[in-house]
Amino acid sequence: MRRPIDRREFLKRGGALLAAGALPMSLVEIAFGKDSGREGFTFAYLSDSHITHVRGREFVRNWDRGLIQAVAEANLLDPRPDFIMYGGDIAQLGKREEIDHGLEILSGLRGEVRYVMGEHDYYLDLGEHWRRRLGPDHYSFRHKGVQFIVLNSILTDDDWTHRRWPSAAERMHQMARLDNPQGSPFMVGEAQRAWLRGELEKVDTDTPLVVFSHSPLQKIYKGWNFWTDDAEQVQALLKPFRKVTVLYGHVHQIQYNQIGNISFHSVMATAWPWPYPQSFVQSPSHLPKLTVPMDRANPFFERDGTGWQFIDLHTGNADVHYLLPDNRNRVVAYDTAAGHPVDREYQDPKRRIPPQTRY
Amino acid sequence: MAKRSRGLGVACALLFAGGVPRLPAAPLGLPPVPIPSDNPQSAAKIALGDRLFHDKRFSSTGRVACANCHKAELVFTDGLKVSEGIHKLKGTRNAPTVVNAAYMKTLFWDGREPDLEGQSQQPFVNPVEMGLKNHDPILKIVRTDPKYAAAFRRVFGKSGAGITMTEVARAIASFERTLVSGDSPFDRYYFAGDRRAMTAAQIRGFEVFVNQGRCVSCHTIEQTQALFTDNRFHNIGVGFKRIRGRENRLARQFIAAKRGGANVDVTVLTQKDMSEMGRFAVTENLTQIGAFKTPTLRNVALTAPYMHDGSLETLADVVDFYNNGGRLRKTDPVDDFQSGGIRPLNLTKRQKADLVAFLKALTSPQYARRGGQRTAAVGAARRERGQP
Repeated sequence: MRRPIDRREFLKRGGALLAAGALPMSLVEIAFGKDSGREGFTFAYLSDSHITHVRGREFVRNWDRGLIQAVAEANLLDPRPDFIMYGGDIAQLGKREEIDHGLEILSGLRGEVRYVMGEHDYYLDLGEHWRRRLGPDHYSFRHKGVQFIVLNSILTDDDWTHRRWPSAAERMHQMARLDNPQGSPFMVGEAQRAWLRGELEKVDTDTPLVVFSHSPLQKIYKGWNFWTDDAEQVQALLKPFRKVTVLYGHVHQIQYNQIGNISFHSVMATAWPWPYPQSFVQSPSHLPKLTVPMDRANPFFERDGTGWQFIDLHTGNADVHYLLPDNRNRVVAYDTAAGHPVDREYQDPKRRIPPQTRY
Repeated sequence: MAKRSRGLGVACALLFAGGVPRLPAAPLGLPPVPIPSDNPQSAAKIALGDRLFHDKRFSSTGRVACANCHKAELVFTDGLKVSEGIHKLKGTRNAPTVVNAAYMKTLFWDGREPDLEGQSQQPFVNPVEMGLKNHDPILKIVRTDPKYAAAFRRVFGKSGAGITMTEVARAIASFERTLVSGDSPFDRYYFAGDRRAMTAAQIRGFEVFVNQGRCVSCHTIEQTQALFTDNRFHNIGVGFKRIRGRENRLARQFIAAKRGGANVDVTVLTQKDMSEMGRFAVTENLTQIGAFKTPTLRNVALTAPYMHDGSLETLADVVDFYNNGGRLRKTDPVDDFQSGGIRPLNLTKRQKADLVAFLKALTSPQYARRGGQRTAAVGAARRERGQP
């Protein structure tokens, strides 16, 4: 039970409310239960930088600065994370210049980095340059008792990919638009699902499983392609495991959800936040456990709706500590009694922040 | 509608005529001064706060009052790069104006105190400011000095040991809440529709301020008022090169010291490197390393030098600094923690001159009249320090 704090104390502490939130220099320690015999560890996760090439050596400054700042801040983390994940969309329009420039900035990271493919990295050359620089777009690895799976979830059908558009650039432009009726829903696809089945057969179902994808492996909002068309088939493959967490980028929002045994958490972007469209805030069937939507990001504050998340896997489920610039920090933790992640602070309806209407 | 507002006006006039505590009406361009419910204004309390603010006995040497660094003739600043306390000891930061501080949501450059009541108690016990070991000497004076004793009895109904720093701070804060100033040429131009209140250059400069100059993003102007601050904290690149490459070690040292009981107020004002940690020192939020509070721009033409470390001498220097994307020179490196909102502006020479002209339109009449005094006061302050 935390004692309530008054405005004065809140302002003095600048919103660093919880023990974990008050130690931002340390990634929250990942320590498994005493009996598990597993070693604790931390990892960092950056995502969605959307490096945008203008001409020559010129890139859109805001997105450059967002990534540069994230790299500098990640290098301050202490103790050092065991590894760093990058959640996809290094580039805006899939150009070599963008991927190379983004990787140059990311090369400043101290530590090993692993990458997820985003649609903005993919739809110009179908991921060719990305794979040349970074290797396979789906793979698995094991780290200190946790099985990690990386999927390329932003594929779509052959007709849209190969036959619809007069040029690769036009295809990329279409997929880069947010609210585009000409778009096509993402999917993991049959080949990767077969690979995933094979990988999972080798893993004991008591092993905590963490899956990284770019698009959410759940169906949130088709109009914005916050969507993976074969999500149910992927979820079915993950079903036998006791503790499964899916971490995804793409949505530039705070989201969390629970479907059966699987907890879902989005990771914020370094570039910009997306607002919550009214349609999916008001449509509980699309996102059953999004109990506290983020307000529309403040367009006059360029870092609003971006920030740090410290992901704590000590129970095998993810507890996410949000560090939000000029905002109250939040914790979305797995509630074992409820069987899904809950926002610790705002779960009580009386404590919720009502959504604002801006004109 | 018109009828109703006239009725309201009459009611207000009657209230004031009835001897309700004097509350200055908000000047043009500013909202009503927020008054905390536990510290209402009264004429006697304000007078008491005024006296406390100017009392040099509240320092270890008996020579430093709040007013040393917040001089009325310098719009309640000191004209120095960084402030000087007892024995001419230097702090690390430029004295911000007290004028319109009543509207600030947090106090100090890093916002480490949430209100004037909290802020006003710190400098007394900072080793490079007023240098007291604790607040006891102040309490001894206000409890025994007959004038103070009478005033505290009248204002707070307290005497002897009943008088604590809470009452002292409340009186000082009450006085500071009377230091508000609007009604500048800009206010008359923008909020009162007087097209002739600003010069042609100032009007062009206003256009730069809200458009290409991007100044208004942080120095906000609203529909009916302009505080010229967003009350937020930004790393704009000032002073940061001092600690470049050492952020990690310094941040760790700072946290370790703070956990060991080090006082944030003392640490940031006595150690230049730690001062550059900015807002991080308070929140420990790594997104706020090197971030400092947006200051108001009201009366800015009279409050040189500028920035949290007083490193820029003129408004033209400040405009150049922003025009270069938060750098003194276009060739200087940009620090990794700098806010993405700071970027090269590509302003022409004339746009820069117009912007400076506009900043001079933010001077309130009561301080504009003191323009001549300022030059003399700055000269005196510098001579005091043995500078030419």
